[in-house]
Amino acid sequence: MVSPPLLNVTDLNVHFPVRGGVFLRTIGSCKAVDGVSLTLQRGETLGIIGESGCGKTTLGKAIVHLLKPTAGTVMFEGQPQHHDRRQRARDFQMIFQDPAESLNPRQTVGDIIGEGFVVQKMGTPNERRQWVAALLEKVGLPTSSARKFPFEFSGGQRQRIGIARAIALKPKLIVCDEPVSALDVSVQSQVLNLLMDLQKEMELSYLFISHNLAVVKHISDRLAIMYLGKIVEMGPAEELYRAPRHAYTKALISAIPEADPTAPKQRIRLTGDIPSPINPPPGCAFGHRVKAPRYEESLKQPIALKEITPGHFVSNCPCCVE
Amino acid sequence: MSEPLLTVSNLEVGFTTDDGLLRAVDGISFEVQAGQTVGLVGESGCGKSVTAFSLTRLLPQPSGQILGGSIRLLGRELVSLPLNEMAKLRGESISMIFQEPMAALNPVQTIGRQLGEIYALHHTCSPPEALQRSVAMLKKVGIPSPEIRLTEHPHQLSGGMRQRVMIAMALALKPALLVADEPTTALDVTVQAQILDLISDLQHEMKMGVLLITHDLGVIAQTCDEVVVMYAGRIVERAPVQELFANPRHAYTRGLLSSIPRLDGTPKTRLPTIEGTVPALSEMPVGCRFCMRNGATPDSPTLFTRPEYKEVTPGHWLELCPRCCT
Repeated sequence: MVSPPLLNVTDLNVHFPVRGGVFLRTIGSCKAVDGVSLTLQRGETLGIIGESGCGKTTLGKAIVHLLKPTAGTVMFEGQPQHHDRRQRARDFQMIFQDPAESLNPRQTVGDIIGEGFVVQKMGTPNERRQWVAALLEKVGLPTSSARKFPFEFSGGQRQRIGIARAIALKPKLIVCDEPVSALDVSVQSQVLNLLMDLQKEMELSYLFISHNLAVVKHISDRLAIMYLGKIVEMGPAEELYRAPRHAYTKALISAIPEADPTAPKQRIRLTGDIPSPINPPPGCAFGHRVKAPRYEESLKQPIALKEITPGHFVSNCPCCVE
Repeated sequence: MSEPLLTVSNLEVGFTTDDGLLRAVDGISFEVQAGQTVGLVGESGCGKSVTAFSLTRLLPQPSGQILGGSIRLLGRELVSLPLNEMAKLRGESISMIFQEPMAALNPVQTIGRQLGEIYALHHTCSPPEALQRSVAMLKKVGIPSPEIRLTEHPHQLSGGMRQRVMIAMALALKPALLVADEPTTALDVTVQAQILDLISDLQHEMKMGVLLITHDLGVIAQTCDEVVVMYAGRIVERAPVQELFANPRHAYTRGLLSSIPRLDGTPKTRLPTIEGTVPALSEMPVGCRFCMRNGATPDSPTLFTRPEYKEVTPGHWLELCPRCCT
């Protein structure tokens, strides 16, 4: 029997109530994540790409149980998520976008990284100090950093602290939410290298959320493209980049400025903004935005992901996929 | 040849702080021709934004000051210009787009009032005429139903729309030079592409010079004619865009170019990195500022004499540190 995937998300929905009126009654819902299914194997990286507001961060938070899903299941190693928060913390962790905001400014770095051990009642104070020192060394910081405070570090170093905290309890899955977006290119490559080294060493799985396709493609085995709460295309990274099938994926790839002045400029000019998930248009949301000629057809059939070649899923929307 | 639109020579900008005077920009020289896009690239803290604020004389007061050098725009010296004269130039000859439109727009005034104010101040337009011109300008930057947008406040617009409003405000008086400080960093790629296309369309229409400040080398490659690479307050290399990407001569430029992940690169391989970090402003060596990250020992002679900045081949300028240049 094949062992179950590390993470199996089925038909996940996260809806936020929209309140209004004098009594703040629920007058609608914001469908931040709307029917997302995905799987993740051990040691694999799945990149999630999309524009701001497409629900990628909400998806990440729902998977690590920082948000309660409205519907759908998240199975971890074939089991539903553990109801005990302490147990969950040993299975999955998260790295946040802004390292300055996600580290407590009044705790020392040693306390930040070692807090997990205290909560889990692991080791003696002396042992914990040694573990923290080992972690700092692992992420490339001097062991003397443990006594310092987050503000004494640069952006890249702070992100290393965030990574050390995330790997402290030896989790199996780390959700990385835009971990390098706030960093300069030279520091960005250092942090990406660290993440890849740690993955090899600890057999970690990453759910790597970003809007920077070049970064995601470099680090990921598979990619999932999200648009307005739904995955529109998912498949092996190289195949998705070489042969995108969905019109949105094509537009997204062509919009990325390549760092090569001789590269042909054939941008697909997208007009309009991403629509609000509170009142999503009926049918295909992307076809509606770009006023696709065959948009009307998408109203007639339910849109779902179909597997076209092994592992490559694409939405069966008639106006975006030929 | 006629005088360039903008000539910056030996510009030095410093800030008075508790640690004494810190030189954020240390003697930089470059030019922008009319109709040309020049990219200014470098890591955070390298002095890109300080340069931009010096050009518009909007340095934070009283700590920021121009210590020396000259900025000539359309034949006029800006460094010594009285502030009331400078205020007149802003908008008409030089204007600026900021990185975060939400912070640069007034949250409690309508778009129409903020945009109309420009016409009212500079042209002494009547209110209906200012309104008419505002509508035309918003239409030009691609904002649908501009009449309605004019009555709205900034928070009612999306990020891309706000940046378009900023561009409309910056271009309202058809300036000769546009300084765009990270205009697309806060935006999504698809919106970024729209905004960059918009700036270049309007640039061709108005024959405007653009100084585009960014840390995104992809944006530089796709939009600029010339690139200026800054490191720790100095220009290390300056060249036409094709030349810079094909033949980078300074170790810092090469490091930057190789450390970005490429779409056609081999996935999951280690990326080349630039070791170390930028030295603190208060600990800057007199000589080459990149040498320490390029494997120099603290007694290296290159750290004690300032390398010459000169044109090595036509159009290709370089800070000639013997360690860091090839």
